[in-house]
Amino acid sequence: MGAFNPSALFARLAVSMRLWGLGLAMVGVMLSPAVAQGPQPAGPGVAAPPTAASEPTGSLSAAPLASGQAVAAPTITLGPEAAPMTEEPVLEARLLKLSEELRCLVCQNESLASSRAELADDLRREVRDLLREGKSDQAVKDFLVERYGDFVLYRPELKPLTWLLWFGPFVLLLGAVAGLGWYLRQRRQLADTAPALSDAERARVDQWLKD
Amino acid sequence: MLAELGHFALILALLVACVQATLPLWGAWREIAAWQALARPAAFAQFGLVALSFAALTACFVNNDFSVSYVAQHSNSLLPTVYRVAAVWGGHEGSLLLWVLMLALWTAAVAAFSFSLPQAMVARVVGVLGWVSVGFLLFILALSNPFERLLPAAADGRDLNPLLQDPGLIIHPPMLYMGYVGFSVAFAFAIAALMAGRLDAAWARWSRPWTVVAWLFMTFGIGLGSWWAYYELGWGGWWFWDPVENASLMPWLVGTALIHSLMASDKRGNFKAWTVLLSISAFSLSLLGTFLVRSGVLTSVHAFATDPKRGVFILMFLAVVVGFSLTLYAWRMPKVRMGQAVSLLSRETLLLANSVLLVVACAAVLLGTIYPLVIDALNLGKLSVGPQYFNAVFVPLMVPLLVIMVPGTVVRWRESQWSELLLRLRWVALAALGVGLAAPALAGEWSIGAAFGFFLAAWVVLGSVQHMVLRWRQPGQIGAAYWGMQCAHIGLAVVVAGITGVKSYEVERDVRMGVGDVVTIEPYAFRLQGMSEVKGPNYRAVRADVEVLKNGQPIDRLYPEKRRYFSTAMPMTEAAIDTGFMRDLYVSLGDPIDGPTPQWSMRVYYKPFVPWIWAGVLLMVLGGGLAAVDRRYRAASPRTETMPTGVAPQGGA
Amino acid sequence: MKKFLIPLVLFFGLVIFLALGLQRDPQAIPSPLVDKPAPAFSLPTLDPAAGAFSPAEMQGRVWLLNVWATWCVACRQEHPLLVDFAQRHQVPIVGMSYKEIQPQDVQAQGMDANAKLQFARERSQVWLSRYGNPYVLSVIDLDGRVGIQYGVYGVPETYVIDKQGVIRYKAVGEVTPAILASKVLPLIQKLNAS
Repeated sequence: MGAFNPSALFARLAVSMRLWGLGLAMVGVMLSPAVAQGPQPAGPGVAAPPTAASEPTGSLSAAPLASGQAVAAPTITLGPEAAPMTEEPVLEARLLKLSEELRCLVCQNESLASSRAELADDLRREVRDLLREGKSDQAVKDFLVERYGDFVLYRPELKPLTWLLWFGPFVLLLGAVAGLGWYLRQRRQLADTAPALSDAERARVDQWLKD
Repeated sequence: MLAELGHFALILALLVACVQATLPLWGAWREIAAWQALARPAAFAQFGLVALSFAALTACFVNNDFSVSYVAQHSNSLLPTVYRVAAVWGGHEGSLLLWVLMLALWTAAVAAFSFSLPQAMVARVVGVLGWVSVGFLLFILALSNPFERLLPAAADGRDLNPLLQDPGLIIHPPMLYMGYVGFSVAFAFAIAALMAGRLDAAWARWSRPWTVVAWLFMTFGIGLGSWWAYYELGWGGWWFWDPVENASLMPWLVGTALIHSLMASDKRGNFKAWTVLLSISAFSLSLLGTFLVRSGVLTSVHAFATDPKRGVFILMFLAVVVGFSLTLYAWRMPKVRMGQAVSLLSRETLLLANSVLLVVACAAVLLGTIYPLVIDALNLGKLSVGPQYFNAVFVPLMVPLLVIMVPGTVVRWRESQWSELLLRLRWVALAALGVGLAAPALAGEWSIGAAFGFFLAAWVVLGSVQHMVLRWRQPGQIGAAYWGMQCAHIGLAVVVAGITGVKSYEVERDVRMGVGDVVTIEPYAFRLQGMSEVKGPNYRAVRADVEVLKNGQPIDRLYPEKRRYFSTAMPMTEAAIDTGFMRDLYVSLGDPIDGPTPQWSMRVYYKPFVPWIWAGVLLMVLGGGLAAVDRRYRAASPRTETMPTGVAPQGGA
Repeated sequence: MKKFLIPLVLFFGLVIFLALGLQRDPQAIPSPLVDKPAPAFSLPTLDPAAGAFSPAEMQGRVWLLNVWATWCVACRQEHPLLVDFAQRHQVPIVGMSYKEIQPQDVQAQGMDANAKLQFARERSQVWLSRYGNPYVLSVIDLDGRVGIQYGVYGVPETYVIDKQGVIRYKAVGEVTPAILASKVLPLIQKLNAS
């Protein structure tokens, strides 16, 4: 192995290129519906900004148009755009993100974002007020930890108590990889230094293989 | 009467299991053929008795026998018949009976399909499975009897939890338990081989198809659970790193490592110690999962109602079974001859790397799941470990796994050359890079996370395609196992693409809608046409009629509901989903809002790529199925080696 | 060889932790407010004539703060114990009526703040006259905000607060005779002595 063989290499290249083309074509087919749909707004779970429903219709006629009809042509025939549940979408988005990291204290392992328990409603209200006051995410978390302890955080804070938790898997991986390397090397050494079979032993091996 | 019959059948099953667990093993040790031969009939008898018991309990449910305490707790006269049957496994006692039924089924299957195995081996395997049966039957009869009477009988039952009144309950637990319990067969094979002192390629060859079938059921069960949570809970999440979910993921991870390691042990006689350890671990994790879910040590939405005595019993059972196995392992393994040496770049090494990554991932999940318990037990406080931890730790471990999947199928056994590998794979790499860079731009906004995810998925898919094309051109027959492997690998890649896509591009709109209002998520629009009240067999619901349009043209009608079951005060959301090849449109109805005009809170989701997650899981299951039916597994057993001098070979044939 | 024993050793370590875990309650949250000053507040009491109450008024005395509500079943079960305690000992108990008005109280939903307060007062007073009143006074926390300041996550909960206004102990759930005897009373004696 290792000798440079142009024709063999070329043959392989040809196969590879055909496969490359086939692969791209497959991917193109798979994604074509996505292309047809056009660009989507990015970001998980972000409520889109309020539409024309909450904005004045401006210079259009004084006759009361259903809000939203100032938007592009197709929606005129469909109906008024529904208003978002919240008046403060940016704040609510922040609340959602933050409350996904907080635990509902009275539920069976649910986040504050998804729980419908009464205490969860109260805590979300509290967090909302704190966010309105301009507190940072960390300040909100500190507020809750002061009153309820570390239990309320789903992402454990990095401190000596949680070093094992956060670094453990990584350390284990390094150890396992090192162990693997050591094991492989040990095997090779063992194989290299194994004594050659004597003739008598060779005869016995042949006998065993025949059985 | 039926309940007593079922109870009696269980007691008989326990007695049979005791016989099954002792005489064949003794017979194998002392070479008494007649006692070895007891294994098969015992297995069949036990299956018959447990099935009878299960049938009796099912009949109690179907007949609305509320004098049986378990039926009164989990059923109701208004419950539709199909859910009355599913309710059998809706609670702790019944689900344990289902577990035991699965175990009896697997044992009987091993007894039935093992005629090419030496009798002593069958005796040992069935005997070990008998020990597990004894443990569980004892547990049921002593601490979790589903046939206990409630006297005086209840007038009507408390009803099945509305969240469980769903087709998901009909199929998810049975499939999942088939997987959990199926790993006991690989376990039994490993223990039997350790007992016999014979750890050769034959053991691995025999063990493989059983392990692959268990794995595919486990995959299916986990996928079903995830899908069920997705459509049932109302906000489209599908994995929460909940302790019970982790309890099923851990055996799956080790099971995946096991099927790959068995391959090396089967084909090359390598890694015996490691494969045996993985076989023991997979089932041990199943048992650990049982403990975590039913003992009350961890809080979870899925956890069954608990009782400290039950926790103690399961822990003791776990300690005995696993402790014994690992002791046997430590005692026997030093005497087994090790395999050959291999070079640093070889299929063996990559398979070992696969094992390492999966086992470390499993260890990470275990660490995160029990860390709160450990900290609490040490009186160091109370903390929570949630999805943020698991995602941060698990995802980076999966990346190298996906990367080595492709070279893993390309490199040769024993020794391979870097130059050859790079030469073969560089176009795949470049093409995958191209897809990774291009796909996010086509699907929406470009992000490095999405690019990386799509790159990894494309890498595996294109690598598999290349491999299949090249293999097709070569002479020689291609077994089903080969197609199974490629199918499963591609399935995993599709799941990865699905997860990447939905996490990067999903859109949620939380709105208030009156009749006629529209929610727009380009190019789709959702218009509320009207609201109505509907009555179900055991609930009353408010139903929304939502028209879905694409580019102004109607494409579907969705009917999300908010149900109130008569039995509980709990309102329940039934989301409505329009599924397409590339995306799901998900609508969830909330509460009515006070105001001048009637309005309801609604959540509308656009979830691209989500169907790929379920499709990928199905591909993995299909792959497992193909691998399991390969003709090689139905051939006669290969020549076996015996132990080196110092340990007398045991057992017949 | 020794290395084959490693899995067994690790496993037994795991079993020990699981056994220890069986004796713990995974849902019980210890309070981080122990040995910290009791958060200040100013809340109306059950008596419409009296002004607002604030914990500073209890400075110099050891006292108990008991979080309760009329809709709470466990509160009714612990109530005789509290009544008995109040009669027997010189330790004042301040009640905190927590979220007395619940979502299912439909008649209260349309009311304004004063009307809601009055509704809560009346219902609480009826309940106390029926089951006994161990409280020197009872404040009303209708929206639960003060409860959050105190780390309340359920009812009933009881705090032991010392002469300097520092929380020294929190009992979550019903106060039982065992808890009273083993934890609360010895602590109160110790705090009174200092």
